[in-house]
Amino acid sequence: MASQQQLSAVKIDMDTIEVSNLNRQFLFRRSHVGLSKAKVARDAVLRFRPNINITPYHANVKDPDFNVDFFKKFNVVLNGLDNLDARRHVNRLCLAADVPLVESGTTGFLGQVTVHLKGKTECYECQPKPAPKTYPVCTITSTPSKFVHCIVWAKDLLFAKLFGDTTQDNDLNVRSSDAAGSSENSKDVFERRKDEDIEDYGRRIFDHVFGYNIEMALSNEDTWKNRNRPRPIYSKDALPEKSIKQNGSVEKNGSTDDPSSVSAMASLGMRSPQDVWSLMENSKVFLEALKLFFTTREKEIGSLSFDKDDQLAVEFVTAAANIRASSFGIPLHSLFEAKGIAGNIVHAVATTNAVIAGLIVIEAIKVLQNDTKNYRMTYCLEYPTKNMLLMPVEPFEPNKSCYVCSETPLSLEINTYQSKLRDFVEKIVKAKLGMHSPIIMHGSALLYEVGDDLEEDMVANYAANLEKVLSELPSPVTGGTMLTVEDMQQELVCNVNIKHREEFDEEKEPDGMVLVGWSQPSSTEKKEENHRVSDVGTSNSSRPIAELNEDAEISTMEETDVVPTKKRKLSTASKNATSPSSSKVPADTDNHGKVEEIDDDDDDDDVVVMLDGNPDNTKTRRVVTSKNLCV
Amino acid sequence: MEGEELTEQETALYDRQIRVWGADAQRRLTRAAILVYGINGAVAEFCKNIVLAGVGSLTLVDDRGVTEEALSANFLIPPDETLYEGKSLAELCSDSLKDFNPMVRVSAERAGDISGFSGDFYSKFDVVVVSCCTLTTKKLINDKCRRLSKRVAFYSADCRYSSGEIFVDLHSYKYTKNKLDEAIECELQYPSFEEATAVSWSKLPRKMSKLYFAMRVIEKFEEKEGRSPGGVSITDLPAVLKLKNELCEAQSLKESQIPDALLERLVSSQIEFPPVCAILGGVLGQEVIKAISGKGDPLKNFFLFDAFDGKGVIEDISSRDA
Repeated sequence: MASQQQLSAVKIDMDTIEVSNLNRQFLFRRSHVGLSKAKVARDAVLRFRPNINITPYHANVKDPDFNVDFFKKFNVVLNGLDNLDARRHVNRLCLAADVPLVESGTTGFLGQVTVHLKGKTECYECQPKPAPKTYPVCTITSTPSKFVHCIVWAKDLLFAKLFGDTTQDNDLNVRSSDAAGSSENSKDVFERRKDEDIEDYGRRIFDHVFGYNIEMALSNEDTWKNRNRPRPIYSKDALPEKSIKQNGSVEKNGSTDDPSSVSAMASLGMRSPQDVWSLMENSKVFLEALKLFFTTREKEIGSLSFDKDDQLAVEFVTAAANIRASSFGIPLHSLFEAKGIAGNIVHAVATTNAVIAGLIVIEAIKVLQNDTKNYRMTYCLEYPTKNMLLMPVEPFEPNKSCYVCSETPLSLEINTYQSKLRDFVEKIVKAKLGMHSPIIMHGSALLYEVGDDLEEDMVANYAANLEKVLSELPSPVTGGTMLTVEDMQQELVCNVNIKHREEFDEEKEPDGMVLVGWSQPSSTEKKEENHRVSDVGTSNSSRPIAELNEDAEISTMEETDVVPTKKRKLSTASKNATSPSSSKVPADTDNHGKVEEIDDDDDDDDVVVMLDGNPDNTKTRRVVTSKNLCV
Repeated sequence: MEGEELTEQETALYDRQIRVWGADAQRRLTRAAILVYGINGAVAEFCKNIVLAGVGSLTLVDDRGVTEEALSANFLIPPDETLYEGKSLAELCSDSLKDFNPMVRVSAERAGDISGFSGDFYSKFDVVVVSCCTLTTKKLINDKCRRLSKRVAFYSADCRYSSGEIFVDLHSYKYTKNKLDEAIECELQYPSFEEATAVSWSKLPRKMSKLYFAMRVIEKFEEKEGRSPGGVSITDLPAVLKLKNELCEAQSLKESQIPDALLERLVSSQIEFPPVCAILGGVLGQEVIKAISGKGDPLKNFFLFDAFDGKGVIEDISSRDA
């Protein structure tokens, strides 16, 4: 895009470079690992096109600095984000600033490029995108049926309990009617006693979570009426011999020059992350990993959070998940696979990214030239459909019931006598509506707001409001009430009509409230052929969604059918005019093409593929220009 | 090069792509040898992709020097002119490519016209990719590959301004496909470039990509006029259109199947449009990876992309029995 007129670009990326990026993010080299992506990318591009003006920002695009005024400076915005939250945020800012947005995503062999113009095409949120998959707590704590449930248990419960912040709430102990003592007791259970031998400690924890807790769960007959009973596993059975240092280098992890290189696998002489370990091997890894945490990384215990690039953490979680899986009759997985699931890793290759990058530039150039009739949504398919590997589709008109760009009101079914304002804020306003700094009003009454410059009494007032149930708020919220929810930075206003409802299904509606009018497609799991090595049971070939949401309890890859309902094509006329297209574009010498590129995080992007199946593109088009348009 | 297992370094570097095609496929990639003859923008992109993917070796042949056109589309050429002294395009690109993945053996050979080389030369490789060569050369090299007892996959890639074409010849290709947890053996028979392009135009489906025909017209024009590949310019348009009409008549094809506007567009500029290079290089890269790994349905046998309508189309053009 560069050498033409005066192109200036801004690049925003909060991430630093990792080794796993290097297989496709070719502006980076091994020597750059750890450095800012935005800055290194800028330097790399300048090396082969020194005449462009690029400003890098090593920052989060959600920062308040990147407000509407900032976005207004640009002619076009190009997204290379990897999470839904950031994309929605940028979508709203582009709408508010009235700047065209070129969105894109890739996963494995799939990819797409879409163009969004306020008022003219669908915005990014006109088609609701699936949110990260979450699981009911009881499935995780008591009745897992899939490996991913075991991973979540191992990662968010056990790992967090043992190595994370112990003051945090943790659902680890089974919520059976006769819970084993009070919560204080259970806290003791997980804590290592003074001078307790590390192996004894490990076995004690093992027996507690894989043996005792299972027995407790079994005692509740109702749970297992229609389910397979798990079997308790005790360390003496899984791993009879006490000494676990049988093979492998003994001294390898003794002196730690680099704590991050500590590995249970290495210590045990286990080489391949692709192997599926036996129950005994998993048990060995479990105990060894636990031991290594306590002997080499003691200082971190109490403040660790799971990081997919933390080898020891991945080993521990894999082993724990596998033992639990074994207990529940769920197939075991290799470390490689477990890591992918636990870390929400998106599989990615250079080739698909190259194709999508090319398509992004083609659309961006159309935008810069105001070639509105020729904007396309282009889908890169894994298997050709009607002979097409790359399928262009005309953009659709905005969705009239999109609450983001068409200001359509939503409805919320909620128990106004039981649900607190806090629940509304967390589960709906932030999680579902994607607002980060919301203001909630009931008529002219301010119920809640977020801000740096609030007065103390206001803050106290809002804090108090959060803990009140809706019907008891200073300005009571009951059935029939309309709430206005607004995010100043995104310049998004949303009206939510409240409908009171008494009961909610714990399994199907775990949030205890249902947002209506924002059609979120239900996730369906399709068993697809052509399983690549990717996460078993989750991502499959045709329509994967990769979602990275660090805060949410559980996120994983899942398939969803996003079926567009009623839409009209942006421009329906298809004229087969064959007037010779002059390849000259109206000279636009004043075009200071300003381009903003936003990238976030290292792994690649999620994709929602919508097949409309109507690639009717028989319009004439002026081809983008000649030799000036070179990268 | 490693023995059987991938090294720890390889596993870490290739993690994300191993999750796509598996460790087995990755191992095969690290043992593969690729030959590239003729480096244009699309092929430069391809080279970048294949090096990032971690093939065993990549050998580049292109004795030409740097030109303005090359600079506008080939991002592997360093902008610093002082580096060009006495170096061929292949050598310059080779230097850049090494940087992308030190684990791949990238080299440049000054070979002149390799179409005269013996089969032994070609048998050193698993994949041969040609570009920027005459029709004759393309056919010759294709033929040499086909004569070998070892299977050497043959590809050609050409970009004309904002359109491009990839041709695939895997000869007789067996591979395994996973369908519903079952492994199915598949076999495909590919025609050579000569055989494919010899298929009578009137026998091809009506919905056939027009770009295919347009490419053949320009190809024929270059051959007829003795032009260097990509050497057709806008001033040739009248002659090209004339040739088109002659060919259509000879092939009993309606002239409207090859719009004049399309041909005009293809010859309007002698540079390649960089995003199109990226797209072609990406698709070609993926095809080569599939062929080496033996995983995934390979493309058969033409891929055509036109930025004008944004479609990336696959056409299967094989000699049909009567």
